Amino acid sequence: MTEQSPPSALSRLGLAFRVFFRTLFDPEFAGSTLDLLSGRVTKIESPQPKAPPPALLETSPDSALQLLGLLQQEGRLVDFLQEDVVRYSDDEIGAAVRVVHEGCRKVLNEHIILAPIRQEAEGARVSLEPGFDAAAMRPTGNVVGEPPFTGTLAHRGWRATEVRLPKLAQGHDVGVITPAEIEL
Amino acid sequence: MSESRYAVGVDLGTTHCALSCVDLASSEGEVVKLEICPIPQLTAPGSVEERPLLPSFLYLPHPDELAPGDLILPWVEGQAWAVGHLARDKGAQTPIRLVSSAKSWLCHGGVDRRAAILPTEAPQEIERISPFTTSVRYLEHLRRAWNQLHPEDPLEQQELTITIPASFDPAARELTAEAAEAAGYPHATLLEEPQSALYSWIQSTNGAWRDQVRVGDVILVIDVGGGTTDLSLIAVVEQEGALELHRVAVGEHILLGGDNMDLALAHTVAQKLAGQGTRLDPWQIRALTHGCRAAKETLLSDPEQISVPVVVPGRSSKLIGGTVRSELTGEEVRAIALDGFFPVVDAAARPASRARAGLTQLGLPYAQDAAVTRHLAAFLGRQAEATSDLEGFARYLPEGASFLHPTAVLFNGGVFKAQPLAERVMSVLNDWLAAEQSPAARLLEGADLDLAVAKGAAYYGYVRGGSGVRIRGGTAQAYYVGVESAMPAVPGMDPPVNALCIAPFGMEEGSEAELPPQEFGLIVGEPVRFRFFGSSVRRHDQVGTLLEFWDEEEVQELEGIEATLPAEGRAVGEVVPVRLSAAVTETGTLRLEALPRGGGERWKVEFEVRS
Repeated sequence: MTEQSPPSALSRLGLAFRVFFRTLFDPEFAGSTLDLLSGRVTKIESPQPKAPPPALLETSPDSALQLLGLLQQEGRLVDFLQEDVVRYSDDEIGAAVRVVHEGCRKVLNEHIILAPIRQEAEGARVSLEPGFDAAAMRPTGNVVGEPPFTGTLAHRGWRATEVRLPKLAQGHDVGVITPAEIEL
Repeated sequence: MSESRYAVGVDLGTTHCALSCVDLASSEGEVVKLEICPIPQLTAPGSVEERPLLPSFLYLPHPDELAPGDLILPWVEGQAWAVGHLARDKGAQTPIRLVSSAKSWLCHGGVDRRAAILPTEAPQEIERISPFTTSVRYLEHLRRAWNQLHPEDPLEQQELTITIPASFDPAARELTAEAAEAAGYPHATLLEEPQSALYSWIQSTNGAWRDQVRVGDVILVIDVGGGTTDLSLIAVVEQEGALELHRVAVGEHILLGGDNMDLALAHTVAQKLAGQGTRLDPWQIRALTHGCRAAKETLLSDPEQISVPVVVPGRSSKLIGGTVRSELTGEEVRAIALDGFFPVVDAAARPASRARAGLTQLGLPYAQDAAVTRHLAAFLGRQAEATSDLEGFARYLPEGASFLHPTAVLFNGGVFKAQPLAERVMSVLNDWLAAEQSPAARLLEGADLDLAVAKGAAYYGYVRGGSGVRIRGGTAQAYYVGVESAMPAVPGMDPPVNALCIAPFGMEEGSEAELPPQEFGLIVGEPVRFRFFGSSVRRHDQVGTLLEFWDEEEVQELEGIEATLPAEGRAVGEVVPVRLSAAVTETGTLRLEALPRGGGERWKVEFEVRS
């Protein structure tokens, strides 16, 4: 339990009333109040220990922002996604996509080494052995019975085998995806 | 230097620098452990990455332009300048603060290379930097990058080789050696880039090079870098039963490279766009140049492809609305890159000549003729006699040959990644050869076009230790000082000058020329200047040879040299007779000294340093 700062005068007043009424009407609570007042208990233990919460990790936004910055810097990805494509013809969008594709591809090639998870051609018959890595290989459709499962490879999957992000100066503001440019 | 762990090669290029090393402990004979060393550098403000190449650009930022920490490097909190990727990118937006092509300036005799003159376009308030200091900055960056990655084996203790264009004159070589010393490279050796490319090719064959070249071969190395074209001829001779390589000739310094081609293509596209009413700003021209380079490679390697779209994004956040689209056709690329830079010419063609550079020229002396094939024809024509003194080459050329006939060609430089350019050079050369009844030259395959110079430099450091074949070179020029002739002066004309040979052709590293008999009077305490000349074709002049007349094609004036006799033990103003001695140092630079009569003193003669 974390150490709490002492309650304010106003909240102490409220607390005193709540203790007064519960002690008056709740015999069990009155016993606890007695224990507390006589010094037998200094802190009230919670009645049942809680189960530990599921392990969900907070990811640091820094590298996400850094990668977004790189995709913008090289491939203008943020500009592209923020623009309203409805107003433009497919030809115009196509020209811009070349910029985005070439730049973003360069960022991937330089910073995140990718490899397909399954080496077989898409459309091939593949089987999943018992104990297969469910994070890397996902059976879909008629998922019944016991592995080995046999099915058609719909997507080969991608795995990042290596990530090489630039090192950043201490205090570098990764929130700036791309700075405003002012031509003098 | 036997305790060096590595032989390290530094390619100090006009547009890129690279660092390579051979692990001496794990290399033996032809099994060499050679790698390219990554170079940490700023790739964006405050963002450091390792890249195989360090772009040779230096940016001088405004004090308020960047946030604190934006210029951080793994070894320093920040400096008043940036080099590498960030410098190049910032410079594209703010060219007045960008220093580029420092290496071309380093060998530009028309300016004082130690004076703060770059960027030439910078307004008054920007503190400029000299070509010399810029080179020091690049070398320092490379040294600290190496030391960062190899803290146990600091660069200062390794066997070091720095590459220079074969066409660098003595002053530029001296400046490079001095820059290396100033950057903390105590014992660097200089190596000519085309030789380095050949070393790299030899190394990459794992010993099989002996099957690909034979005694009697003359290998033409064509090195077209980003900004310069460098030519060399290397003959294969037999010495005590083993193959030996002799570099017999080097070409002139030609400021013409791959970047010129991409820029020419970009301007073609820009003109097309201007015709449609779209003007591009300099930033877009740069993006366009990149696009054109890629389009050029695609179009040249695939003749089926009629055109390739080239798109240039605008600078505003409206990407789709601001993107300019055009295309480059195969026809245009063939007309410009192929026929413009590598036209089919005959062997007697010569480049359109440039008027002799004035001594205070401001810009770089770019080649006036963009045709690499014409420069090649001029080089081979001038060097027709290059092998005449080599043993076994007496009957090498057919009767009446008008140019030197190479038997093999090695290409270097990213330009030749576009195969048709290399094929064009081969076909033009082979046409010349066929016209003079010589067999076609072979292409030496498997060269690493981008990194051969850096790799060859490290390999050279390894073979210097005694393993593997070495290319014998020596100076590729004979050197002369100007001596005023005794003829009466004619009003309105310069007094006639004779050229006295003080260093013969082909002086090897670590050798000293004999003393010429002629003496000069030096005035104590006063700098005395001499005119200085070089010839890449007069192979037979000995020390003391005096030329009264010469052809400008044959003997070229270099920058003047300057000797100052300190007043120690002499009266200022006294005239002391001296003789000029020439030596080639172990580093590979020419050293000139003035030796006063009857004494053991030696005074260094400086390649001219303008004040």
